[in-house]
Amino acid sequence: MKWGVLVFPGSNDDQDALWALGEILGQDAVALWHKDADLKGVDAVVVPGGFSYGDYLRCGAMARFSPVMESVGRFAAEGGFVLGFCNGFQILCEAGLLPGVLVRNRSLTFICQRVHLRVENAATAFTRLCREREILEIPIKHGEGCYFADDETLGELEARGQVLFRYVDSQGEATPQANPNGSLGSIAGVMNARGNVFGMMPHPEHAVDPAVGGCDGQKLFRSLIDHLERGVRQPRLAAADGRP
Amino acid sequence: MTAKVYVTPKRGVLDPQGKAVANALHALGFAEVDDVRIGKYVEIRLGGSPSDVSARVRDICEKLLANQVIEDFRFEIGDDGVKPR
Repeated sequence: MKWGVLVFPGSNDDQDALWALGEILGQDAVALWHKDADLKGVDAVVVPGGFSYGDYLRCGAMARFSPVMESVGRFAAEGGFVLGFCNGFQILCEAGLLPGVLVRNRSLTFICQRVHLRVENAATAFTRLCREREILEIPIKHGEGCYFADDETLGELEARGQVLFRYVDSQGEATPQANPNGSLGSIAGVMNARGNVFGMMPHPEHAVDPAVGGCDGQKLFRSLIDHLERGVRQPRLAAADGRP
Repeated sequence: MTAKVYVTPKRGVLDPQGKAVANALHALGFAEVDDVRIGKYVEIRLGGSPSDVSARVRDICEKLLANQVIEDFRFEIGDDGVKPR
């Protein structure tokens, strides 16, 4: 399948995502420049980590006005699969493609460490190769990763199984100590109600190679590959000028 | 015209920056400080008709300056010292 990785000024995990998809997972993966509205016929879009537009105003607030994000919005509306990691998660929330928002870590410090994540819903396109309540080890590196949403939104997310990952300790318990950034409900990753847009603060693209600390991140990418290659192909976005 | 926009964290939204500053003030001996909330101040100079300026500034705030999941905003419109003849 063909993947597109967005590149904004200030993105810094775009090359890691391209490498993980292309070199490790053997996928066709192309970079999509922020000023270019053409999504090049990709089957899935990755919004990578970094500091798009210098994190000015709020993390992710400026990126949503770029031409490529307009196309990503239409792509998602047509059922296309979109994944955001770290700053990509922040951008998807700011763009209204995912509920909630990411705010400053409760500790006020930038955190860079490996964390344990518990799979809360394994019946999604993004997690289908995981087991329910499986523990994955994936790194985080962020200063603004505290997930926040109002009580009503949180209730809906929980009730509909849209929380895909929670921060837990090595035993799988969601303790306050295991919550690195103060996220409400220890939420590390959420999906939209339709099930085609997903964002998480941890970096699966940094956990794909045993030489650098584990392969748990592969399960996310492989899940979506598995989902799409079983014949449930999503409609491809028409060219930016409207021609098919 | 000048719009002075204040973007502040909503009540009930944790403001760890404000909390840290409150703790620092307590450490400095300002025991009377009950709470600190930290927001943003944005000054916008803009032209166009004064009749709908409030609506336009509100639009600016809603579309970009404030994320209403976590932030409130208010603004004042004033002239910017250049008197019309």
